[in-house]
This record gives sequence, C-alpha cells and structure tokens, in this order.
Amino acid sequence: MNYDVAVVGAGVIGSLTARELSRYNIKIALVEKCNDMAMGTSKANSAIVHAGFDAKPGTLKAKLNVAGTAAMPELCKTLGVPFKPIGSLVVAFSDEETETLGELLERGVKNGVPGLEIYDAEKLRELEPNISNEAKAALWAPSAGIVCPYELTIAAAENAVVNGVDFIRNFEVKKIDFDGSVFTVSNGEKEFTAKYIINAAGVYCDEIAALIGDTSIHTVPRKGEYMLCDKSVGGLANHTIFQCPSKMGKGILVTPTVDGNLLIGPSALDIEDKDDVSTTSDALSSVLQTAKKSVPCLTTREVITSFAGLRAHCDRDDFIIEPSEKNPQFINVAGIESPGLSSAPAIAEYVKDIYVKAEAPEEKADFNPVREEPVRFRHMSNAERKALIEKNPAYGKIICRCETITEGEIIDAIKAPAGARDVDGVKRRTRAGMGRCQGGFCGSKVVEILAKELGVEINEITKFGGNSKILYERTK
Amino acid sequence: MLNYDIVVIGGGPAGMAAALRAKECGVDSILILERAETLGGILEQCIHTGFGLHYFGEELSGPEYADRFISLVNSNEIEYKTDTMALEITQDNIVYAVNKQDGLLEIQAKAVILAMGCRERPRGALNIAGTRASGIMSAGTAQKYVNIDGYMPGKKVVILGSGDIGLIMARRMTLEGAEVKVVCELMPYSSGLTRNIVQCLDDFNIPLRLSCTVIEIHGKERVEGVTIADVDENRRPIPGTEQYIECDTLLLSVGLIPENELTRAVGIELDPVTNGAVVDEFRETSHKGVFACGNVLHVHDLVDYVTLESQTAGEGAARYVLGKSEAPEYVSTKGVNGVRYIVPQKVNIKNDGDVKLYFRVGQVYKNAKTVVKYNGEEIISKKRPRLAPGEMENVIIKNDMLKNFAPGGEIEISVEV
Repeated sequence: MNYDVAVVGAGVIGSLTARELSRYNIKIALVEKCNDMAMGTSKANSAIVHAGFDAKPGTLKAKLNVAGTAAMPELCKTLGVPFKPIGSLVVAFSDEETETLGELLERGVKNGVPGLEIYDAEKLRELEPNISNEAKAALWAPSAGIVCPYELTIAAAENAVVNGVDFIRNFEVKKIDFDGSVFTVSNGEKEFTAKYIINAAGVYCDEIAALIGDTSIHTVPRKGEYMLCDKSVGGLANHTIFQCPSKMGKGILVTPTVDGNLLIGPSALDIEDKDDVSTTSDALSSVLQTAKKSVPCLTTREVITSFAGLRAHCDRDDFIIEPSEKNPQFINVAGIESPGLSSAPAIAEYVKDIYVKAEAPEEKADFNPVREEPVRFRHMSNAERKALIEKNPAYGKIICRCETITEGEIIDAIKAPAGARDVDGVKRRTRAGMGRCQGGFCGSKVVEILAKELGVEINEITKFGGNSKILYERTK
Repeated sequence: MLNYDIVVIGGGPAGMAAALRAKECGVDSILILERAETLGGILEQCIHTGFGLHYFGEELSGPEYADRFISLVNSNEIEYKTDTMALEITQDNIVYAVNKQDGLLEIQAKAVILAMGCRERPRGALNIAGTRASGIMSAGTAQKYVNIDGYMPGKKVVILGSGDIGLIMARRMTLEGAEVKVVCELMPYSSGLTRNIVQCLDDFNIPLRLSCTVIEIHGKERVEGVTIADVDENRRPIPGTEQYIECDTLLLSVGLIPENELTRAVGIELDPVTNGAVVDEFRETSHKGVFACGNVLHVHDLVDYVTLESQTAGEGAARYVLGKSEAPEYVSTKGVNGVRYIVPQKVNIKNDGDVKLYFRVGQVYKNAKTVVKYNGEEIISKKRPRLAPGEMENVIIKNDMLKNFAPGGEIEISVEV
C-alpha cells in the first residue's frame, strides 16, 4: 500500500492529526503498535484541559496550550466527546505560595489566558467547601476544563477513518527506509510506503526518529500514578484543584472527572522502561498524603482503581514539532507532555499546516467533521429509553450493572469504525466494567459479546491485545 | 403502568423465598424481577455441594437448592421476568425496569422487596501495586468462567483472601487441572467456613498463609507472578518477608459488598457496618413498604439463613400489603464488645412472636459466651466453644421477654471471654 502520509502512533496527537489531514485528498495511514488507539499516555493522564498559565511565554507549549484549550469545547461537541468547562484552582498554602500565584497570573496574562483571578480563602471555600483550612488563596482559571482523553482519541480516530484514513492496528514500526522520495515502513513482516511520516509515537518518539538516523530526541518516560475514587465521592471537588507547581510538573491534583468520579494524582518519577505502567505502593501513598493537603477528608476507602501513565518528557523542555533535520518529509511531534492533551487540537492543526505548506494538497469536498455521540443509555430520560428499545431491543439488556451499560451500546462500540477488539477497548468506549465492581459481573458477558460479534471463540478474546488473553482451553 | 401488590427485585434464593412466603400469607399479585437469564441467582454457578443442610436437612448443590425454589415459584404461579434490570425505585414505590421484550417497564407496587444480593470487592479497593495485566479477577468471575462457560481462566493460581468463594475455587481449579500455589489471607484467621478450609484446602494440600498478602502483581500482558509478604498486627507488610511466586492468575476473594445502589438512590437509611439497610424484625427498611433480605441486607455465610430471613421479609411485606401491620413501637439493637453488627437493627415490641437476632463477631474467640442485655441488664447468656467472623450467630428473643420491653429501650449483645 502506498500512502501520502503515515502517522505513527494513535494517541490523542496522532489521531487528531490524522483527522486534520483527512480534510485533504490524500491517502493516510494511522499506524498503531497496540490493538487499539489511546493505549499509551492518552489513556492514563489527568484528563485536564489546562488554562495555559504554566508554560513559559513564547514557547510552543504556551502558544498551543491556550489555542488548544480555546478550541476544545467546540471540538468535543463536534466529536461527541464529554467535556466540562469546570475551571481550575491553584491553591496556595503559604505566603510564599501566594506570591507564586501572582507570578502564575502574570505569566497567564502574557500567554493570553482569559479570566484569571486570585481568590482569597473565603471565596475559595465558597467554591470548594472541602478544601483544607490551611488554604490561603487560589488562582482561579475559568477557561480550564475536564475531558475524557481516551474518548477524544477514539472519536478522533473514528472520524478520521470515516474520512478515509486507514487505521492499522498491531503494527509496530521496526524499520524505515528512504529511497530519496518515499519511505518504506516495515514491522518486520509487512510493509507500506509513505511520502511523509508524522512521528507521534509518544514515549517512543526517540526510537522512531532513530530509525531514520535522527538521534536528536531524548524521551524520558516520567511515570505518574493515580487513584480513581467512586462516584459517591465525586462531589468532594467541584473544580480541578492544583497545588503550586514544581520542577517535576504541576503537582498532585484533585479533580472530578467527566463521568463524575474523583481523580487524584499524579506522582512524578523519571524511569527507563517505556512500557512500565505498574503502580507502586510508595507513590500511591504519597499521592494520597499530598492530595490530603488540598482535601483533608480523602481516604482510600472509596478508591475503585489505581493506574499509572507515562508522560513523554523530553530534555528540550518544550514541544518538538518540526521536520527532522535528517529528512524534511519526517515530521517529529515529540515531547508532548503536559499540557499535551489541552494543546492537542492546536498541535494537530500546527502539524497539518506544516504538511499543507510543503505539499499544498487539495481539500476534500465531502469531509465530514462530525462524529455523532454514541448512544448513552445512562444519560437518557425514561421516555428516550423507551423509544430507543422499541427501535432496537439490544438496548433493553443491561450488561454492566454499575454503570448501566446496555448490550446495544457494546455492540455499537465493536461495530464502530475502528471499533473495539478487546475488553478494555469496550470499556473505554462504553464504560462497561468501569464502575465499582470493576467488571466482576459484566467482564464475562463482554467477552461473550466480543466473541460473537467478531466471530471468534471466547478464549481468543484478550484484555488489551497481545498476550493478554483472558481464558485458556476448555475445562475437562 | 403495571400494578402489583409486591414487586421483588432479584430472583435469587432471597427473592424467591420472600415471594413464596408472601404468597403463602395471602398475597397473589407478586412480580419478581431478575437481571440474569434465569432465576436462581449466584447459586446457578455454585455447582459444589453443601447447600441446604440446615433448611432441607440434606446436602444439595447450588443449582439443586435453587431448583427447589424455582419449582415452587412455578407451581405457585408467581410471575417473574428474567433478563430484566430494575433501574429505579421512586418515593411512591414505582419501580422502573428494563428488558428486551417489554422495553421500559413502569410498575406501581404496594410493597417492594429488595433482594439484589451482593458483589465481590474488586482489586482496586485493595490498592495492590503492580501491573494491570490480564489474569486478575474475582473468584466469583472465575467460577462463572469455569462452571458456566466451561473455560479455564488460568493454570497457575494464587488466591488472595480466604472467603468461601476463594476456598471453593481453590478446589475447583485444582480439580480442573490447575495448580493452586497458595491462598493468602491478610487477617490472622480465615473469613471462610471451617468446613471449606478442610474440604477445599487441607484435602488438596493447598497451603493457607494467614497474616499474608499480595503486595505486587507482575507481568505486562498476562500475569507472570506476584510478590507476597507477611503482615504485622496492623496489617502492614513486614520488610524482608517478600516472596515471589510465579503464577498466571490471581483470584481475589476479599469480601462481599451488598449491592445497594437502588436502596441508596431512594434514600433508605443504611447501616455503615453491614452496608445494607437498617431494618426491623420483618426486614422493613426506613422507607415505608420497602423490605430487604438476603445478601443485599447483610452478607450471609449460608444460603439456608438467606432463605429463612427472606421468608420473614416476605411475611412482613404481605402483612403490610394486607393492612395487618399496626404502628410499631421499637427498641433498638446494638452490638458491643466484639459483636460487629446485629440484624435487625430495631425490633417492634408489639410483635406477637419470637424474634431472632443475627450477628457476627469481629475476631476468633474460644470458650467465650455471648451475653444479651436489655437496658444494661443481662437477659440471656450462652456459652460458645468457638466464635468466628466467618460464621453468623443468632439468638432468639422470646415473645414473653419482648412484651416486657419499653419503646426506646436497647438490646445489646456482647462477647465475654
């Protein structure tokens, strides 16, 4: 197969970039080493749309964060993805930190962040009744919000596929050759050609760049561990609550999620293994201890799961979005750590602009930017539910009891463009298994539905591709 | 809108027994809503024996025990809908439910009996460090895969938690050819029945390690091993006792949680210890006309007790529907000194029968006695050679005692060594 552009990595950056490029009459491949999109940093992060006062003025981070955050509400609407403009607070616990708030505000104004204000303790407590008594002041940023990062990625990839992009799963790029005009991209078994490569491989950006001899990128996986709490304590925070930032990042936050859970984290530790998303008891207990500084009443009692994600930290301290010095047809999109998610819509446009400037492709007349929001039974009124089941009885069978997810929604997730192929893929698309029982009841049902829809035996179904099989052979 | 005198939510052993007793008491208009494909609840996947020793005086498998009640439900022509999930109960006892055939159901009930059962505590609640590989599941999920679907979820197994399902699955997996390496229990005692420890672990030479837990899970895609460690009296891992055990599966049997989402949503008062509703001796909750029984009320050790309790709730609901219940006058019950909880939490002194109080202790006791006091005065004392958290105890308050109580009084049960 010959492509005009191959986007390597189906995270939020790769998926949105592929979608942006699908506005043109070119052949695009979105290549992913895992069994699904959003399998790296994009599925395990703070899910925050940052206002944009953190980054140094003049950096790409500063520019793209503010632009990305401004674009996010409309983009989420177009792609049918949950987004809530809840605003954020950076809380100061000392006079020194209160001074830092002033600096952040000043920086935010330079970056073009709208509506920043410093609130005193009293105003802060009005907004956040559960905030610590030690809190002295807070920086209020009304343009900040929360989004579901993997739903955004999935929606972007689905919409890209609808607009003609080939989504190629389980294709780990191992070799890239250049013959002077096009690249040949291989996983050791299969290959395809592409005139341009967009390197959006997250923590693996350095390794992909190295395949064309570009050794200018050094990615350090910076692990962040999180705890997710039950919806019953989702109301402990009304906004995203940050503490003052440090060298390692924005510190531990406490935030509601778009689904009404409470998320606390992340820790920050530079590691070596780019696949190591294991949690550690030390980091998790320090996450809790630090989070309690903001919201003292937090406990582990309501924790339903914990997880870790890797930030693609680069030593250049800014996003790297530019053609490689080794080859102008190879565009690096590297070092996309926080505020990468917030910046993603703007990054995708920025990359598109680089390509369009070089190649001047023709615009597609029938580009469809809209991805309809999937059926969400749990959000419907009883009248809507009634009408829905009359149309398709599969929506009358509840599979996930905790989150009220129907068989119909799970089938939709599998049949979607670039649909789910494994249990975690169904989970991210529908929330089946994300509730308080964590798939105890519905896990086996989801396996059955996947097997039936994909036409395979149930012991071929995996949790997330590869060797993550759930069942072995038949019993005696 | 459909109309029934009693709507029973859940068609497991609790729901069926409650419906049958309500029918016996003279209520004909009863509907059972069951979310699974068949009646019977979790018993359908419990193919081992040990059910019914108390209630039927014989040893049955789970499906056999369930079948006796399913037959009675059918012969008594009690209506039920399977594959039907209750979504909501309103303040006026309207039940919303959904299924493929009827779509959205709106059912006005005079009384509602909650019998939704319980779920297993998941890994997340334990905060075990490590990876999130495939091969980590609750013992009950594994039981479904093996007994219902007929597939093996693993070959080399470590089990965390010595709850009854964990013990049963240790034996089951062994019989199916898997190697169960160890059962780790965080507490210094097992929360399972003694007979299960003997028949499921000892008989198969499966080691049970008390005061021991899994501290880390290894393996990126499929589980490759776990690190276990002994814990101190505060249940914290003791450095230096870590041990790596190679396995492809970690089964969790770390506690059961009553499924009270519907209960909570309607605003019914819950007991923070049982995680079930606060009820009186007929299992009526704080919401008029709503009753609860079985594992949704408190987690039982034996299904036989579930049946008995649910019959009480069924009778209570029938009395309510038939207008036989008069304004109650309550005394409260309270577990102290080793008694974790008592069900029911309150007793109507105008009740014309004896009342059985069920309770659980918080640790293992040998040669102790249980003492019942009314307003501080001892009224019953009974020697108990052994008391354990895994085994539910009960005591009967005779009606002639009840008659002497005054509204607002307090019954206290304690353990004395």
